Formats: sequence, C-alpha cells, structure tokens
Amino acid sequence: MMEFDHVLTMVALALVTVVTRCFFFISDQPWQLPSWAERGLRYAPIAALTVVIAPEILTHQGHLIADWRDARWPAALASGAFFLLQRGRSHSILGTIVTGMAVYLPLHLGLGW
Amino acid sequence: MFFLRANYTHPAFWEGVRASAALAPGLAAWGLMTGVAMVNAGMSTFDSVLMTLIVYAGSVQLAAIPLLAAQAPMWVIVATAVCVNLRFVVFSAHLRPYMMVWPRWQRLVSGYFTADLSYVQFTQRFPHPSPDASGQRAEQAFLSGHYFLTWINWVGTGLIGIALTQAVPAHWGLGFAGILGLVGVTCSLATSRLRVLSAVVAGTASVAAVALPLKLNIVVGIAAAVALCMLMDRSPVRPPSPQDAA
Repeated sequence: MMEFDHVLTMVALALVTVVTRCFFFISDQPWQLPSWAERGLRYAPIAALTVVIAPEILTHQGHLIADWRDARWPAALASGAFFLLQRGRSHSILGTIVTGMAVYLPLHLGLGW
Repeated sequence: MFFLRANYTHPAFWEGVRASAALAPGLAAWGLMTGVAMVNAGMSTFDSVLMTLIVYAGSVQLAAIPLLAAQAPMWVIVATAVCVNLRFVVFSAHLRPYMMVWPRWQRLVSGYFTADLSYVQFTQRFPHPSPDASGQRAEQAFLSGHYFLTWINWVGTGLIGIALTQAVPAHWGLGFAGILGLVGVTCSLATSRLRVLSAVVAGTASVAAVALPLKLNIVVGIAAAVALCMLMDRSPVRPPSPQDAA
C-alpha cells in the first residue's frame, strides 16, 4: 500500500510540474495580460529565481546561517563576481559554475566549512 | 517537440542543443547529487527512479525528499511543490505569446519540458515572439533542442546518481553546482537597476521568511519584490521592449 501512496504522490508532483509550467497557456481562449501585470512581469522572473536560490545559499535547516564559516556564500559571491567580469561573452554561466565550485570544494572539503 | 521531424531537422534545434551543452556540467552535477540525495534520504530505488523520470523539477525534488522521508501527508508535499514551482507560473505568462501559435498538446509537452535554463536561454535568444511562420518554426526548434538535451542530461545523471549512491557521498556537496548555475542565470537577468532591486528584495524576504511552512517564503519574496518594483517604476506604461523582455 505504501508504494501505491508514493506513486500517487509522484504523479501529483508531475502534474504540479505540468500545470505550473503551462499555467498561462493551457487555455485556448484569447486573453491579454492586463498592462499592470505586464509591468510586473519585468521584475517577476528574476525575483522568482532569487527566492529559490537565496535560501539555498544563506540558510541552514530553516535558519539564517549563524556561523560565517560556510562555503556556500563565498562560492556564490565568486560566481557572481566572475559573471560580472565575463559580461557579454558566451558560455559565461559555465564559468560561474566552475569558479564557484573552485571556491566551494576546497573550503567545504578542505576546511570543513 | 524534439520527436517531431520538423524540429530536429531545423538548424535552430542544434543551436538549442549547443546552448544547453554549454550549461551541461553544472546541471549534470546537480542531477547526480539529486539522485544520490534521494537514496540517502531513505527513498526506495523504485520511488527514486520514478521521481527522476516523471517529476522533472530539481528544486521540487530537493524540497520533497525530506518530506517524503518524514512520511508527510500528500497535500503538504503538493502544496510545497506548488510554492517552489511558482516561478514557472511567472515564466509561463512570459512564454504565452510564443506558445499560443501551437496546438494545445504541443504547448503542454513543451511547457512540461521547459525548466529554468531552457526558459532563460530561449527568451534571451528570442526576445520577441516572431510574427511569421518561419520565425515561429525556428523558435520551437530551438526550444525543443534545448530541452531535449537538458532532459536527457537531468534524467541520465539522476539515474547514475541513484546507481552510484555509495561512490559519490552526499557530503561532498557537488549538488551546489546546480545552485551556482542558477546564480549565473539570475545574473544574466539583472539587466536594469529595478531588476537588481527586485532580486535583492526577493532574496532578503525569502531568507527572512524561511521559517514559514510549505515554502511560503517563496510567495512572500516574489510578492514583496514585484510590488515594490512596480511602485518604484516611473516609466510610462507601454508594451515591453526587447530589454524588458529578456
């Protein structure tokens, strides 16, 4: 029975993926986004990404990190700095990953941060 | 759809594949560690494989793993997933004009496969929806190629992670590579002062409200950032320009 519950949960999560990713283009009805919403759409995508990643970098088990010796924030900072220096060149996102991990792994595995 | 001939024979399809390939290592590390994390949390191999194959949303998977392990009620897991996926609702509003030229089943398939990286790179490559059929073909081919490789990468590395749980200890923290990739994606969206402000407000609010249940801090963060930026925006109301749309 337990397995069946889990299958049901996975199917529900897959449906959440479809419905949220398709939300505004599921219906065939012609429809225009109101202009105030179009305005909001200029700032919403970056906000929507930041709210997901900021807690991954700055919190630990539901709290702001209490000890500054945490490898994640210096790594994210290095990634951001690398991106600014690379501005305009292609493939710069790969560079942000490599730079960030080059900071993260020594601090995390070497110093135990 | 990557399985439609009109898409995979189009040159833009391979352009999309190459764009995804540029981000592949970070996504691969994230996929691998998500696979490892599922098994480490005590999920059965069957559940882990099923989740990797059908859920296809890394941040939802990471949020759901501890809840599944703790035998949380299904509605709690689903409500959490909706909050974590709220960003895709925002993205879908932006993608609507590109998508509406296709039949519904194609929109649903494309929408399902279009995760963060595909959305951002697609809208940067095509800042405006094309008014003509050949441009629309190119858009769909690019998007299909992009999510084709992204999906193979995510599912493939996730399955490898499930198989190699013992070989890649979770405490190495390789999964952080995925977050660093999203840091890069976020930086690429920071094209105006108000957008930088939006990111700062959203990030601060989501961290401050992190103790809320069901990941409601995500809702709080987006609402606070968008509301403040709309209040501060003094530009005249007009259709989005290419800079706005990216």
